[in-house]
Amino acid sequence: MKDLRAIALFALVVMLVPALSASGVMLNFVMTALYACLLAQAWNILGGFGGQFSFGHALFFGTGAYAQAILQLDAHLNAWLALPLACATGALVGAGVGAISFRYGLKGSYFALVTLAFAEVFRIVALSVPFTGAGVGLMLPLQSSGGAMQFESRAGFVWLMLALVTAGLLLTAWLRHSRFGAYLQAVRDNEDAARAVGVNPLRVKLLATVMSAALMSAGGAMYVQIFQYIDPGIAYGPHTSVEALVGAIVGGMGTLWGPVVGALALHILADLTRNLFGQLPGINMVIYGSVLILIVMFLPRGIAGSALSVRTLWSRTSERRDA
Amino acid sequence: MTALLEVVGLSKAFGGLRAVQDVSLQVPAGSLTALIGPNGAGKTTLFALMSGFLRPDQGRVLLAGQDITGQAPHINAALGLTRTFQIVQPFAAQTVRENIAVGAHLHLRQRHQALARAEEVAHQVGLDSQLDKPASDLTVAGRKRLEMARALATRPRLLLLDEVLAGLNPQEINEMIPVVQGLVTQGVTVLMIEHVMQAVMHLAQQVWVLAQGQLIAHGTPTEVTQDERVIEAYLGHGTAARLKAQRGVA
Repeated sequence: MKDLRAIALFALVVMLVPALSASGVMLNFVMTALYACLLAQAWNILGGFGGQFSFGHALFFGTGAYAQAILQLDAHLNAWLALPLACATGALVGAGVGAISFRYGLKGSYFALVTLAFAEVFRIVALSVPFTGAGVGLMLPLQSSGGAMQFESRAGFVWLMLALVTAGLLLTAWLRHSRFGAYLQAVRDNEDAARAVGVNPLRVKLLATVMSAALMSAGGAMYVQIFQYIDPGIAYGPHTSVEALVGAIVGGMGTLWGPVVGALALHILADLTRNLFGQLPGINMVIYGSVLILIVMFLPRGIAGSALSVRTLWSRTSERRDA
Repeated sequence: MTALLEVVGLSKAFGGLRAVQDVSLQVPAGSLTALIGPNGAGKTTLFALMSGFLRPDQGRVLLAGQDITGQAPHINAALGLTRTFQIVQPFAAQTVRENIAVGAHLHLRQRHQALARAEEVAHQVGLDSQLDKPASDLTVAGRKRLEMARALATRPRLLLLDEVLAGLNPQEINEMIPVVQGLVTQGVTVLMIEHVMQAVMHLAQQVWVLAQGQLIAHGTPTEVTQDERVIEAYLGHGTAARLKAQRGVA
């Protein structure tokens, strides 16, 4: 299948980086870029394919991060064992929040507000209960070994992040070619029409939330492994939610490559402006913001979405030529 | 003929507006039955009550003898009851093929099977040349066909068609009538809401007439169009008498 071949090619190209380069800067760049891709992919499952715009995906990110840290600190679990459990915890929170929101038919801006509110509630709770370390946060003890998922070289993290991003790509490709994906997009485009032909929208949206949350929690768990630290602001603050949704929107919602392209483009842009205008504090954010506005204005369907329409336009004109 | 769909004493009020009042009707299996009535008579509300989009205040809906009152639309679809919408509801961002495949997925898990079935159904309703167009590019007539195709792809036993001919020009109506007829020959029972009387006269074996939320007449198309209550409901109080008088003079 075309999608699978493209994913394999992508994975191979990214693999070349740690294989050929030992430069810390390069590896760090690829690692953080992949990390941004992962967050955007997670958001894209629910927001892009399901049309449910979450403004609080940090909820799942933070839950994954705290679960990853707590399972190691309190339950003394190995990091590799903690990772799937952290994803499951995030998925469970996704199921809970999804059930509450969708059961009462929340859509559009109301769903966005509810997810934002849940993320804030979790942030405040994490600030006040003891097992999250409250305001101080949690710190993982430094163990530079792959067995503890704290690699000596950034290359280890590049491999791991690549595996997760590839998993995200495969999940997204499955959405494009499966009954569940067709149902999810049908519910996004017209819920009543979908119900009339036998789709249970509650079930479909709930499952999409669970998948999206699981992937987002993996992002949170990776954050903890990379930086060995988490606090309520990082975990549940709006910054992560925005990063996830902007990447997917800029790249193109509901597409396979949109989140990857968008997150990568924004990541490069942020890096460039920071390096070029480092001596003028704040100017990088101004430029970043301006470019963002331009993209949203002139490419409302995102980079990948617009590329797609150029392609259909081209194939249509060539059809006309052939005719 | 046994009734595939039976509605008993169905009522629904929206605040002070009694949209459907104590409606009882039957749709015989294998028939093409029409539901007509002036604007605002409650026809679409009745459809919503039958298909599960709205829950009735009173009364029961039976599909092949099974009580499905207030049951969610997706469960009804699985039982073989599907509806179309008067205001067409395409999945606008998706192609015609993908739109129809959503319906086909009800009984086909595999994507390639559903897409193949979509092609067959598109052929049946005359959409085969548009399969790869986005649904948003279709004309009104095309969208009405799509609406039918998507419902048909679920392999319904009973199809509720809500004004599939509304907004079409005479030629498009003439093209659409055989498509609707084709459904019945295939063994699908059809209940259609329709304003285009030409089509109702031509297609329906029996007609139910709804006015102001109540059934006022039932019979063959010819019987119904001569019914005084029906004429009055459409043309206003006293019209039947006036028409009769005019006919007497002439």
